[in-house]
Amino acid sequence: MSDGRPDPQALLRQAAQEGRGRLKIFLGAAPGVGKTFEMLSEGKARAREGVDVVVGVVETHGRAETDALTRGFEILPRLAIPYEGRTLHEMDLDALIARAPRLALVDELAHTNAPGSRHPKRHQDVEELLAAGIDVYSTINIQHVESLNDIVAGFTHVRVRETVPDSVLEAAEIEVVDIPPDELIERLKAGKVYLPQEATRALQHFFSKSNLSALRELALTRAAQAVDAQMLEHVRALGVGGTWAGAERIVVAINELAGGEGLVRAGKRVADGLRGPWTALFIETPRVAAFSDAQHARVAAAMTLATQLGATVVTVPAAGVVEGIKGYLADARATQLIVGKSRRSRWFELRHGSVVDRLVRETPGVTVHVLPVAGGAAKPERLPLRRGAWGTRLGYVATSAMIAGVTGIGTALFRVLQLGNVGMLYLLPVMAAASLFGLRTGLFAGLASSLAYNFFFLPPTGTFTINNPENVISVFVLLGVAFVTSHLAARVRAQADLASQSARTNAALTGFLRQLTELADDAAVKRATCREIAHILDVHAVLLGAGAGGLDVQAADAEGYQLGTLDLAAAQWAFDNATTTGRGSGTLTASDWVFHPLSHAGRTLAVLGLARDGGGDPVRADQLPLLTSLIDQAAMVLERLRLEGEMRDVETIRTRDRLRGALLSSVSHDLRTPLTAVKAAAAELRHGVTPDLVTTIEVETRRLDRFVANLLDMARIEAGALTLAIEPIDLADAVTGAAHDARAALAGHAIRLEVPPDLPLVRCDPQLLHHCLLNLLDNAGRYADPGTAIRIVGAHRGATLRLSVVDEGPGLPPGAESAIFDTFRRFDGSDRSAGGTGLGLAIVKAFAEAMGVGVEAANRDDGAGARFTLVFPSATIVRDAVVEGQI
Amino acid sequence: MARVLVVDDEPAIRRLLRQTLERAGHEVIDAADARVALAAVAQTAPDAVLLDLGLPGRDGLELVPVIARTPGIALLVVSARDATEDKVAALDLGADDYVTKPFDSEELLARLRVALRRSEAKGAGVVRAGEVTIDPAAHRVERAGVEVHLTRKEYEVLTLLADHAGRVVTHKLILQRVWGGHDPKVEYLRIVIRNLRQKLEAPNAVGSLIANEQGIGYRLIG
Repeated sequence: MSDGRPDPQALLRQAAQEGRGRLKIFLGAAPGVGKTFEMLSEGKARAREGVDVVVGVVETHGRAETDALTRGFEILPRLAIPYEGRTLHEMDLDALIARAPRLALVDELAHTNAPGSRHPKRHQDVEELLAAGIDVYSTINIQHVESLNDIVAGFTHVRVRETVPDSVLEAAEIEVVDIPPDELIERLKAGKVYLPQEATRALQHFFSKSNLSALRELALTRAAQAVDAQMLEHVRALGVGGTWAGAERIVVAINELAGGEGLVRAGKRVADGLRGPWTALFIETPRVAAFSDAQHARVAAAMTLATQLGATVVTVPAAGVVEGIKGYLADARATQLIVGKSRRSRWFELRHGSVVDRLVRETPGVTVHVLPVAGGAAKPERLPLRRGAWGTRLGYVATSAMIAGVTGIGTALFRVLQLGNVGMLYLLPVMAAASLFGLRTGLFAGLASSLAYNFFFLPPTGTFTINNPENVISVFVLLGVAFVTSHLAARVRAQADLASQSARTNAALTGFLRQLTELADDAAVKRATCREIAHILDVHAVLLGAGAGGLDVQAADAEGYQLGTLDLAAAQWAFDNATTTGRGSGTLTASDWVFHPLSHAGRTLAVLGLARDGGGDPVRADQLPLLTSLIDQAAMVLERLRLEGEMRDVETIRTRDRLRGALLSSVSHDLRTPLTAVKAAAAELRHGVTPDLVTTIEVETRRLDRFVANLLDMARIEAGALTLAIEPIDLADAVTGAAHDARAALAGHAIRLEVPPDLPLVRCDPQLLHHCLLNLLDNAGRYADPGTAIRIVGAHRGATLRLSVVDEGPGLPPGAESAIFDTFRRFDGSDRSAGGTGLGLAIVKAFAEAMGVGVEAANRDDGAGARFTLVFPSATIVRDAVVEGQI
Repeated sequence: MARVLVVDDEPAIRRLLRQTLERAGHEVIDAADARVALAAVAQTAPDAVLLDLGLPGRDGLELVPVIARTPGIALLVVSARDATEDKVAALDLGADDYVTKPFDSEELLARLRVALRRSEAKGAGVVRAGEVTIDPAAHRVERAGVEVHLTRKEYEVLTLLADHAGRVVTHKLILQRVWGGHDPKVEYLRIVIRNLRQKLEAPNAVGSLIANEQGIGYRLIG
């Protein structure tokens, strides 16, 4: 969206609307607010504009003023529908469509049509009108909106049965017809509100003031939602950039002044009131480097509070506060900005400009809330000179050496150069010292240079006296150059420092997030969080989470941290109250550790404990914003994992339920069918024994037997109770045994064993292999065409040994080759009719895999049947030479 | 023909077995639990016992060695337990055969016939199985009248199976008898059986002479 490209889906939806009529709904909080009146008034206005307007149906309830309004409209005669001896009058939909006005007025959108009408509901009639290209005005009360039905019934104790789906409202233009509750009650008392005959005390209760207020709020909110949804759709369709009044997005700009927490709380209130997401924003300008510890701490405190109150916390580097805020507001499509304004003098603002004024001027479309904050006394901070203010000793030594050098060169060139030019030479050490070593060293260089110049070169030489007033200026120029140069150099250096620090911070954050997002499990994320935060901030870190019996240490950056009772109490407090505790905080400060809660969306996921060797404050004040960001991100990642875990759990349960459902239906089908056959055949036997009956009983009981065996096998697999007894097995032998046991299922098929006698033995579990083969043979017997041969082929391929059961028949549905081994997999037509259990092949797969044997299903190359293959990897093949004389 | 004791706690199974056995001409006694069964073995001297393992009070497997020690009784275990361990245990404890429920009546009668034959005449003369003749006295094996040369191990395995013709001989028993030693290797047996099949069975009728009871043992079909 931000790239200004239209969203194709939104465009498609909009295209579908083309050629349709437009729906406008007059939404009221309660009967009697004047919806119909409003609709008719607007209809009349349109008619005056020359629009062809027809009244489809209007309920005036005999109100005189409403009645009066209908005059002058073309009113469509109602359709009489006889019903149970009475005659009901409904809107004549067909006549209205045939009449095809530009605009139809259709009252009471939620109305239920008389039985026998085309649509049961009037909103469906309206839908047809819209589809026919007719614009429609209609009315509805808020309690008829489907999604709000429960809510309304909840507080009014009156439930309406006639509801309209929300989708109808979402596609419509909505106008709220609103009068204050008191006025409505007045109208009710004056008998101006129509109530049905059966209107009783229940309805009277409905019109209480509190109910009406609540209904009114609902109506307004619902209308706003519809507008917002349509606006978003529009923005998406057009790819419009810029700010749109839609759902509110609130940004609180945090500054270093006292009172930042008040700003944050105000932000929270605004966000709650507008039900919008909110962000606490801090703009990191070059000035930040000059912040005092107290200022850093205030920013951090405000950001932490914002996190705890559910805001997203963002730090944006920018050249200036206004530019940073402007950029972020546009990116985030923010609608509300909350800023603090310090009580500065008018003089200050004249000189420096007011941030608030500029914001108001330069961010059109954003509501700017301005809160007074304390602490405006500060002058704009002096240039940052704190670092190395007095300069290093090396700087002074080097400067002195440079000045000595220049003096030497000057003496050497004195004969050739003019006096003024020698003075120029001294600019070099002054500028070098000022830019390399800072202001004080620069000033020292200026002073020392002017003294040296004076002493060695200015007449009278060898003294500090100056004869010529011109030369006094030279001395001052040298000092001035030193001052200006060192200022400039210091500023450049401060900006470079800030940039590189900002780059380091960003790199650390990015690296941190990348590390965490790569990890897939909770424990690893917690370990990485400790390790990385310890590394970035050079502290000790532990992470505590809720364990079986309260908080326990779940990760640490190194082994062997001992947390005392006090520390644990502080951690617990931090966890329970989502607030920072321990050293340097407001709670349980005796702990050596400081504990920060890792919270996301109001849920505390863990507590991060930090400490420093020697017991100092673990985190420098200027690093607090970084720490806040790190903690925020770690919390986000943990929360994401937690949600993913929950989703996985749900998915697992769902899968298990699905399997259980499939199992139940399978059991009921596969047990009942043969039982039914046996029972029926047994009953038939009373009337005489026929071979058919006996065969039925035999076949069906065999099927039952196989199914029960498979169920038991499946239960063993599910219970994880498979124990393997691996031994060398001759495949020819194994197939012989299985074919013998499956002989009944294979009746009518010739079995062709094509296993070469020199095939090596394989290592596997004889029982499991037997069951695999039984199921494969059973499967082949079931699906192969009657009278065809079933081939069992053993062969080497590469390092593996393959044993295939090949049948002649319809084969597998294309594309289903791998899915066929899924539990309860049946393929249409073939399986159920052939009485499959849906378990057999799943068992083959589970057993084979338990033995380290692969399974494959494919159609024969000639397409005339299926081929199921057990693939014995080389590890299962017995290669030991048999000892001579042992056979 | 023979007196058969049916031990099963399920009346339906007892009734069914009684019907089947009486149709085949056997005299039937039945017992619903281990105590009654042991009393019946002592008092009525049955020729054969069909023993269920899942008995109330006492596991049928405990009865196997007791009944098997009694001379002249053929013991068939008839059980719903189809785990290899149960089968091997019952056979190693001395049961003559093991039939799993649900069984095929005809097959049960056939197994019973084989077991009764064995218990009547132990130690045997010439065994004929299909077109194969095994003559222990002459140390000679013929297939369709033609002498087949066997290695010593092959001959020993074959005669052991012939000794118990129609019944399962467990791997353990074969390995002990033929190879002995501490750790006889089952792959020797596999290879020997494979060689015997090649020499004695028709190529398209694998398993026609020696049936494989997967994981349990081999049976000479005779």
